[in-house]
Amino acid sequence: MVEDRTLAGRLFGIVNFALLALIAIVMMLPFIHVVAGSFTTSAEMAVKKFVLIPTDWSIDAYKFIFSTNTIFRSMAVSVGITVVGTLFSMLISSMMAYGLARRDLDGRRVFMFLVVFTMLFNGGLIPTFLVVKELGLIDNYAALILPISINAFNLIILKNFFQNIPEGLEESAKIDGCNDFGILFRIVLPLSMPVIATISLFYAVTYWNTYLNAIMYLNESKMWPIQVLLRQIVVLASGLDYSSDLDSAVPPPDQAVKMAVIVVATLPILLVYPFLQKHFAKGALLGSVKG
Amino acid sequence: MQQAIARPEPELRSESRLSRRLVRNKWLYLMILPGLLYFVIFKYLPMYGLIIAFKDYKPFAGINGSEWVGFKHFDRLFTESDFGTILTNTLVLFGLNLVFFFPIPIILSLMLNEVRLTFFKRIFQTVIYLPHFMSWVIIVSIGYVMLTMDGGIINEFIASLGFEKINFLLSPEWFRPTYIIQVIWREAGWGTIIYLAAIAAIDPQLYEAARMDGAGRLRQIWHITLPAIRSVIIVLLILKIGDVLELGFEHVYLLLNSMNRDVAEIIDTYVYTAGLRQGQFSYSTAVGFFKSLVGLVMVMIANRLAKKMGEEGVY
Repeated sequence: MVEDRTLAGRLFGIVNFALLALIAIVMMLPFIHVVAGSFTTSAEMAVKKFVLIPTDWSIDAYKFIFSTNTIFRSMAVSVGITVVGTLFSMLISSMMAYGLARRDLDGRRVFMFLVVFTMLFNGGLIPTFLVVKELGLIDNYAALILPISINAFNLIILKNFFQNIPEGLEESAKIDGCNDFGILFRIVLPLSMPVIATISLFYAVTYWNTYLNAIMYLNESKMWPIQVLLRQIVVLASGLDYSSDLDSAVPPPDQAVKMAVIVVATLPILLVYPFLQKHFAKGALLGSVKG
Repeated sequence: MQQAIARPEPELRSESRLSRRLVRNKWLYLMILPGLLYFVIFKYLPMYGLIIAFKDYKPFAGINGSEWVGFKHFDRLFTESDFGTILTNTLVLFGLNLVFFFPIPIILSLMLNEVRLTFFKRIFQTVIYLPHFMSWVIIVSIGYVMLTMDGGIINEFIASLGFEKINFLLSPEWFRPTYIIQVIWREAGWGTIIYLAAIAAIDPQLYEAARMDGAGRLRQIWHITLPAIRSVIIVLLILKIGDVLELGFEHVYLLLNSMNRDVAEIIDTYVYTAGLRQGQFSYSTAVGFFKSLVGLVMVMIANRLAKKMGEEGVY
């Protein structure tokens, strides 16, 4: 686009930029505050009341939270659920999406309707809970994966992307003796890396962030993923009356300890985000605006 | 007689063609099978399970074995005094979402589109998308450590100015502002992605022509960008209206406590408490069913309206 060189145009650009910068900073401040706070000593906190950047850096809070193996165990649970869940979701989602993307599949309209309808109407919390219970998945990690293993929206994004891959490529693979599995795994998926990366991130984040299913389906506190433990430490240990009746596992921590737990629970996402972010910032989802 | 013999033939042939196609695509069907099973088991079986809204569900009798009771639970639903409050709370949060949240991604994407330097645009996007990837537990926890009376930065700041500390977390009047600010913080940036995609599809010549005619940047936004994303705005509005009672159960549940229950209890949290905590499976299923139905009807009405206005709608 050609630059607007009028005075009004420039002024507009500057004001717009300043406003956006302000918004971005305000949105980051809570994160910065929490990270900084987790490294603050109780002494400095007591004197200054609030600290944006600590003068005395201390890792005591982290030493404290890692002094028991509770956090390690929860992190391990969450990592396990996230890795297994994401692989499983990507496998069955991309297989189904590829099938639905193929125009020669009889009944694809019916199957698509079955998928889209679940976006408009659902059985709700209690019937879903009863199904999971009837399947015997209570206190089983599979309950955190199977009931959310396909997201209809993600499935449609994948399907739309696969549909745009030139059919000629698939034809030639077929002539070379590839069956449909071969075409998907050797031709289609390698050509779809941006969308695979994006959807994998979406699934991984969903699994990492699992909270409600965990409190619904897991009664054993030893099985808790990190989100449930985080909730437990930050809110319940402080004596705030809260509707949950789960028992507290850790003695009441101070602000820095709570912040440290928040940082630990956030860290894996922050580590993955920059690598995958470029895909959707570039507009990997462009074609998916309309189903 | 001859006709009777002749008739089945083409049918038979097309059937064999179909079955041949089914055989040829056997791998494809095998590929979609796990996904289909997922939808049947975890989406359609629960829909079937909705019948317990018309039964008295007993865990040992199961979904099929429990006794039919007709509309008993729905009668209770509409006479229960709590239900009015819960419905009001739900609608108020929906209104807040529509008025305070919905326009923000539109404005943000218009602003982002006016940033000429790609480098900075990318940075802004990276920053404002980030909160979307944080769980509600993290968002609410961060809110908690900032707002708490003992040592929260916001209350310490208020105190340092010489004012009285405010009990944000436990007072009913602060629940709604806290809720909507957290929704905006987490989702406003991410909400721009779909508008930015629509804006990216606009023909740059339109802007050049407008500039030739002497239109400034505000007028270009008003006359080109906004009309171009109008249909996306309408589609998202329809979806939002369909989600009228779908307000982020997890978020509200995490903010809910016994002090703010009067304003914070919404249909979802009520279903959860009545169903899973108190074991009123059938009654809470009826409540949930009511919610799902209202959502479906709302999305159909909104879609019809959009089509009347000459828009495409969502289906």
